[in-house]
Amino acid sequence: MIGRRSFFVTTAMAFGFAFLYVPILSMIIYSFNESRLVTVWAGFSTKWYVELFQNPQVLNAAKLSFKIAAINATGAVILGTLAGLALARFRRFKGRTLLTGMTTAPLVMPEVITGLSLLLLFVAMEQWFGWPAGRGVTTITIAHMTFSMAYVTVVIQSRLSTVDESLEEAAMDLGARPAKVFFLITLPIIFPAILAGWLLAFTLSWDDLVIASFVSGPGSSTLPLVIFSKVRLGVSPDINALATIMVTVVAIGIVVAGLYMQRQERQRERDVQAALAGNSP
Amino acid sequence: MVAQGGPSTLFLAGLRGWIRAFGPYRWASDRMKDWGIGGRTLVIGIPYLWLLLFFLVPFIIVFKISLSDVRLGMPPYEPVIQWVDSQVIGIRMNLANYAFLFEDPLYRNAYLNSIKVAAISTLLCLLIGYPLAYGIARTGASWRNLLLLLVMLPFWTSFLLRVYAWIGLLGRNSPFNQLLLSLGIIDQPISLLQTDIAVYIGIVYSYLPFMVLPLYANLEKMDITLLEAAADLGCRPTKAFLTITLPLSMPGIIAGSLLVFIPAVGEFVIPALLGGPDSLMIGRVLWEEFFNNRDWPVASAVAIAMLLLLVVPIMWFQYAQARQVGVHR
Repeated sequence: MIGRRSFFVTTAMAFGFAFLYVPILSMIIYSFNESRLVTVWAGFSTKWYVELFQNPQVLNAAKLSFKIAAINATGAVILGTLAGLALARFRRFKGRTLLTGMTTAPLVMPEVITGLSLLLLFVAMEQWFGWPAGRGVTTITIAHMTFSMAYVTVVIQSRLSTVDESLEEAAMDLGARPAKVFFLITLPIIFPAILAGWLLAFTLSWDDLVIASFVSGPGSSTLPLVIFSKVRLGVSPDINALATIMVTVVAIGIVVAGLYMQRQERQRERDVQAALAGNSP
Repeated sequence: MVAQGGPSTLFLAGLRGWIRAFGPYRWASDRMKDWGIGGRTLVIGIPYLWLLLFFLVPFIIVFKISLSDVRLGMPPYEPVIQWVDSQVIGIRMNLANYAFLFEDPLYRNAYLNSIKVAAISTLLCLLIGYPLAYGIARTGASWRNLLLLLVMLPFWTSFLLRVYAWIGLLGRNSPFNQLLLSLGIIDQPISLLQTDIAVYIGIVYSYLPFMVLPLYANLEKMDITLLEAAADLGCRPTKAFLTITLPLSMPGIIAGSLLVFIPAVGEFVIPALLGGPDSLMIGRVLWEEFFNNRDWPVASAVAIAMLLLLVVPIMWFQYAQARQVGVHR
């Protein structure tokens, strides 16, 4: 059965992939177009890339977005790992249902609601304690950490639920304290999931427009905010160039991460096999 | 021996020793022991407090502000709880914002239109995504990962730029139009921009991976021998699909549909960039109420009304998600 697909399914797959990739390919092609008119081909040129790299507004926004995304990803991974650990390893505790709800709801919550509610919180907090003073990098980072930690939690939790708990129990029986068990056994095993969670959180923050629009202040324009204000005025060829660069980076990143994870998985299988072979007489 | 210490394990052991020797760490861990706070409490407590403060409390504030009046100044709303003569607490509740939402046909239409657009887009996503997920799940192992990667790649690239790509493809001067013109099928270029069709295309395109991935995860786990048994007993493939594969993939269909439907109801970027001025969706109404009219109380009331609308699908999603994670146990 596997490997035999009907004509209908093959056609539908081809259509699906064409639908996914035609827009991306068209952006890549037209980023090398000489003409300002986006859809009229006037010869090969890299001038939009030159223009892009001479635009200080875009470059500064990209730097700021990178900084926020990196801080956000690190914070979200710490919070998300703790939450995933709590949900996967502690079966019963007070308010477990609420924690489950609060870690799955952000996955589907419309962004306008999250953005508005966080902004109103920040305004209220400023009134009560005077912190955070105004909106800017801090508020964007907190907002991003809150919704991206939910994604990290799901990744970590589903990874932990497939990990054999007997390893941790064995270490515990041999007298290792819980913290030691976590750092020496659990953490190395779930490390690929942590890496995946970090990259996911980074991308979510790097891409976010709606939430950042609510909680950003003057002087904290992230890259999506800059792109949005340019795109609203219509198509501009340097955005095509920017899109091409981003697609290329993501594609390289995904291939590298895929290869790394495949290697890790093979290494783990070899370890398990070696362990089994070593134990049998 | 299982963990024969890779470089990462050694590094972590070293890091841990270094942290232990660090003065403030010892001090903090001693104090925590004095107060009876263990590691377990911290593991649960830190994310718990964070989510309470930044996820739950904000909704209470939104609800509070939805009951207040708009005013000039910063913040642009009247306080709901006031100290009267510093002794009595006066609570000024004001349901006028909600009454306003019900009476004004603009909001009613925006809500109904959002549900319609989200529902149709979800259905289209399912129609395109199901064969895609099914085909990938039935592909040989060596190609499967590559195809999955191809579905994931657009999901990792900027959402905004992917919506933007359609502006060029749907406009008057698009390559499609030029092709159709040169073939003589049409004699006037047609622009789909600023129509509902453009919004559907945008939503389906952006959310397709969210539909394909849960469906794939479900279809991949399916027991193929069931289909073989059906075939052996003389069941035709179409009937086998309808009576076996489709019912078994229901959890995947539900998870994928909710992952598309709920965020699509509140979508702002796609209707703002691809839709016309009259294609009202509730996310866009909230945005304009907030940023253009600066009416925070009405924007809050819109958000609370949207949340009430989505409570049932969100709870359903949580239930499905909990079952999904529980299956692995």
